[in-house]
This record gives sequence, structure tokens and C-alpha cells, in this order.
Amino acid sequence: MDSVTKRYPDGTVAVDRLSLEIPDRTITVLVGPSGCGKTTTLRMINRMVEPSEGTILVDGVDVQKQPVNTLRRSMGYVIQNAGLFQHRTIADNIATVPRLLGWSKQKARARAEELMERVGLDSSLAKRYPYQLSGGQQQRVGVARALAADPPVLLMDEPFSAVDPVVRKGLQEELLRIQGELGKTIIFVTHDIDEAIRLGTKVAVMRTGGRLAQFAEPAELLSAPADAFVEDFLGEGRGVRRLSFFPSEGLDLLTEPVVADGATAEQTAAAREASGAPYLLVTDGEGKPLGWSEPGSLPGGSPEELLPYGRPFVAGQDSLRVALDCAVLSPTGWAVAVDGTGRVVGVVSQETIGEAIRGAHAAGRKADGAGRKADVAG
Amino acid sequence: MNILHFVNAFFSDSARWHGYDGIPTRVAEHIEYSLLALVIAAAIGLPVGLVTGHTGRGGNALAFIATAARALPSFGLLVLLFVLMGLGMLPVMIPLVVLAVPPILVTTYEAVRSVDPSPVDAARGMGMPESRVLLQVELPEALPLILGGLRSAAIQIVSTATIAAYVSFGGLGRYIVDGLYQRDYEKVVGGATLTALLALLTLAVFWAVSRVAVSPGVRRSA
Ligand SMILES: Nc1ncnc2c1ncn2[C@@H]1O[C@H](COP(=O)(O)OP(=O)(O)OP(=O)(O)O)[C@@H](O)[C@H]1O
Ligand SMILES: [Mg+2]
Repeated sequence: MDSVTKRYPDGTVAVDRLSLEIPDRTITVLVGPSGCGKTTTLRMINRMVEPSEGTILVDGVDVQKQPVNTLRRSMGYVIQNAGLFQHRTIADNIATVPRLLGWSKQKARARAEELMERVGLDSSLAKRYPYQLSGGQQQRVGVARALAADPPVLLMDEPFSAVDPVVRKGLQEELLRIQGELGKTIIFVTHDIDEAIRLGTKVAVMRTGGRLAQFAEPAELLSAPADAFVEDFLGEGRGVRRLSFFPSEGLDLLTEPVVADGATAEQTAAAREASGAPYLLVTDGEGKPLGWSEPGSLPGGSPEELLPYGRPFVAGQDSLRVALDCAVLSPTGWAVAVDGTGRVVGVVSQETIGEAIRGAHAAGRKADGAGRKADVAG
Repeated sequence: MNILHFVNAFFSDSARWHGYDGIPTRVAEHIEYSLLALVIAAAIGLPVGLVTGHTGRGGNALAFIATAARALPSFGLLVLLFVLMGLGMLPVMIPLVVLAVPPILVTTYEAVRSVDPSPVDAARGMGMPESRVLLQVELPEALPLILGGLRSAAIQIVSTATIAAYVSFGGLGRYIVDGLYQRDYEKVVGGATLTALLALLTLAVFWAVSRVAVSPGVRRSA
């Protein structure tokens, strides 16, 4: 997008000299307060709104130079509340664009079935009508319909804003999965900054008046907001939220304070001695956590004597944010690290996590500094 | 003498069931006039209503024309046209069409206007040409309301088509006009009863049509 402006006939400037380079095969999120021109920006890409000034290029081709319906059929379009055709069955809804492109009925139907599976809809829903589906299911149909003709680009305008938080989270995960599988270029509009940070490879924050405030990766947005507006829009807990982008991989996990259930007094004493940690984590025969044993008491007693171990985190897979959260929630202040199958791989204290965070920040600053120097040199 | 007695006498007289003035002939004539008027009115009202509803333009002009047309008394118009044009089918058809166009036109316009904008937006965004947006999205979603407009127009036509008899055409109005002239109240009541039955039949036909034509996905809102 090069210096694109939209002025509506009534004089409202919805988008003001917006320039964006949207990377291929990633999710780019447009986020900002209500009325800042996100929808207008999105709709200019498939020419549902014609820009007043500036040009929009897709793969180097000006969108104005293509027949409008050909352009739109080459881009999936998903809107709030899905916008399904009430008079058509789910399968027929999904087959809309393939049918417009002149596919045969059978081919379109087969494609619809394939897509229902891809977006996690049971094939028994194919013959139903939209009113017989829940909001979340309807939204999935909306996504399937947009994917039907396998367009390289998907435009999504607040697709998940009308469903409850739990369903929304599921849909977001599904979208990330689909994006991972299909490698679409997705432009996603939302007013929810958390959703933007969750989904976006890059996030464009827009301010009222249709101007770009910052265009950056989520981690950078959180660590270095461009100005007070962006900082304000990011809201509270910016520091903690940023931890989501630091892996728990490098954490120093202690294995000494972990003892198996039924360990002898000597083994326990040795473990206490070796670790110097006040609590010992007791595991069952399979290596799964049972609970914390208090200083002085012997493991091997009934499980009621053990302190609950809280929620474990998956070492290497979860972020530092999750690890810290587990440590804060744990009654002992220590977090339990497990592997993918739930077996304990070690324990870690809040202090150690704190050090890891400081280390990650320092590394981030160094990388930032290097990047900036490179910019100057370039 | 009560009405039921008249009705009974009218329908049980076997002579009433044959000949050019028999019930089957008159009913057939009545249906013929009504259908013709409905088809002409729909041919005018539906396209204009669909297109104005789709573009959203001309709503005010429509409302004005519809109100004006409603203010015209059908019988008055018939007499006027008869005087101007002489005997013929046209002076009968024009008042019926004028009567039926406003409900068809206005409900079609309103029905298309009131279609949920988001599927329409989605259809355009997927690259559907405007004609298909109208015929494959707006029309099917608006169909229950549009059929409602056609139905009320049809019922008004069926009851008003009796005026054809005043200018010596047939139809069920024949029984009413002739009956009044001959003071044969049995005939008057019989004609009125048949007209009412025909109106009920119209309702039934529309119910059946909507069962077939309206998608189950939108029927629940009808
Ligand atoms: N058709 C229109 N005519 C005139 N002004 C419009 C039109 N559409 C949008 N606007 C104005 O343009 C501005 C941007 O609108 P837009 O819909 O792009 O905002 P948005 O960021 O998508 O907001 P929201 O989060 O509420 O959906 C608003 O001030 C809006 O009032
Ligand atoms: Mg919007």
C-alpha cells in the first residue's frame, strides 16, 4: 500500500496517507480504536471501497488494473457475524466462490466437504442451514467459505468479535493452525490488542484519523512502543505480556530436589543436602508430579501431607510468561517443569526465572541496538 | 330465512352446476380475470420493487405513487374507463392492476431493503456480480415478505374482480349483479360465498407456493 488515502463523500478522512508493506504468507493485523479506518483500509484491498489517492499493489499488480470481480474472487473475505446466506445449506455456502468460478457441482461439493474438515466442522452439518449452527460454528463456515477457491490472500474483518472468549480462543488457534498448514497471506482486522498480539506476525497500530501509529512485530510493539498513544493502547501488563515471546528453553532446571515416592530417608536427606532447596518435589512411579514435601517432613507419607504442586509448564514449549505464572501460583514459589507427556524434568524458582527474564531483556536490547546500528549504516 | 338457507338453496340447485351461467363457468372466468390481473401487476411491481430495493433509490417516489394509486376507487375507475374506452377487457384489467401494483411494489421494495446487509456485503466481497447479488441473495432472503405482498394483492384482486360484471363481463360478480337486479338474494349470497371461498383458496395456494419456493433456511422468519 503506497500512501493510500480515503476521503468519503461527506468529507470524513477515514484513512490518511497510509503506507504498508504486507509480508507474504504471514498474518498481518490491523488494530486500533473504533473508527480509526481499519475496515476502510481492508475494504480498499478488494475494492469494496475505492481509494481517493494512492495505489495498492498485490504481488506488484495494481488492484485498480484488474476486473473487480476477478480481484475479489482471488481473495477470501470474512466478516463479522460471518454473513452467511441463510437460504443456502452450509455446503452450498462454502461452495459459493467455486460455483462462481464455474466449477462443476460435484467438484464444488467435494471441496466444501474437504474444507469443513479443515476448519473443524463435522460433516453431518453440511445439509444444515446457518440458523441451526452456533455463532462459533457459523464463523468457521465463514472461514471455510473464504478458503473455498484456495485464494492466496484472506481478508478478515473482526471475524471473531461476536463470539465468547473461550470460543474465540479456539477459533484463533484454528486460524494459526490453518495459516501454518496453508501459508496464506492474511490481513486481519481487530480492535482487540490481545488478539492482535496473539495472531499477528506483524501488527499495524492505527490511530483515529486513519494514520499509522506503528507497524512492528508484536514483541517489538510491547518492548518499544513508538509513542504514548501506542503505549496507552497496549494497556497494562505490557511487561508481563512481553514474556510470552521469550521461550522457557534456556531455564536452569534443578533435578536434585525431585524424589520418587517411597524414597528412603537417606535418599531424601541426600536430595535435601545436594539441592539446598527448602522443598522437595515428590513424583509417582511414572515420574508425574504428586506434590511438594515440606522441609523436615519425610516423603512417603500419605499424599495429603504434600503441598499441591499447582500447574506445571512444558519445558521448552511454554514461554517464560507461563513459567513465571506457574511459579507465582505455586504455594512454594517454585514452578514444576514437565515434558510433553507430563513427566517431571525439573523444578525452578521464581528467582531463577527472574534472572532468565533479565538475561532475555539484555539479549533483546543488544539485538535491538545492533539492528538500529545496521539501519543507520544502511 | 337466514343466510345459511340461501347458501344451501343456491348450491343444491342442480341447474346451477351447468351451462354458461353455471358455477364452474363463472368460477373459471373469475379465476381467469384474477390471474391475468395478478400476472400483469406482478410483471410491473416485482421488477421495479426488486431493482429500487436493490439500489435503494427511488423509495420516496415509490411511496408517493403507491399512496396515490391506493386512493383511486376501483369501481370509479372502472366506470370512468368504460365511458372513455367503451366495452372491453382493458377497462376491467386496469382498475385491478392499479389496485394490485402498490402492495406488490411496496412490499417488494421494503423486503429487499430489509435483507440483512452482511450476507449481501459478503456476496459482493466474494466477487458476485450485482445481478446475482439481487437474484441469488436478496431475492431468496426477501422471498417470504415478497410472497406476502403478492398474496394480499391476489386477495384484493379476487374480491374486486366482481366489478367485471358491471360492464357485462362474467365471473362471480355476475351472480351478485344479476341477483340484485332480479331481487334473487339466493343468487347474491351464492356469488358472495363463492368469492369468499375463492379468496380462501388463494390463501391456500400461496401457502403451498411458499412451502415449495422459500428455502427452509429463511422460512422460520416468515
Ligand atoms: N460510507 C461511509 N461514509 C462516510 N463515512 C464513513 C463511511 N464508512 C466509514 N466512515 C467513517 O470513516 C471512519 C473510519 O471507518 P471504519 O469503518 O474504517 O473504522 P473502523 O476502524 O473499522 O472502526 P470499527 O472498529 O468501529 O469497525 C469513521 O469515522 C467512519 O465514521
Ligand atoms: Mg470496522
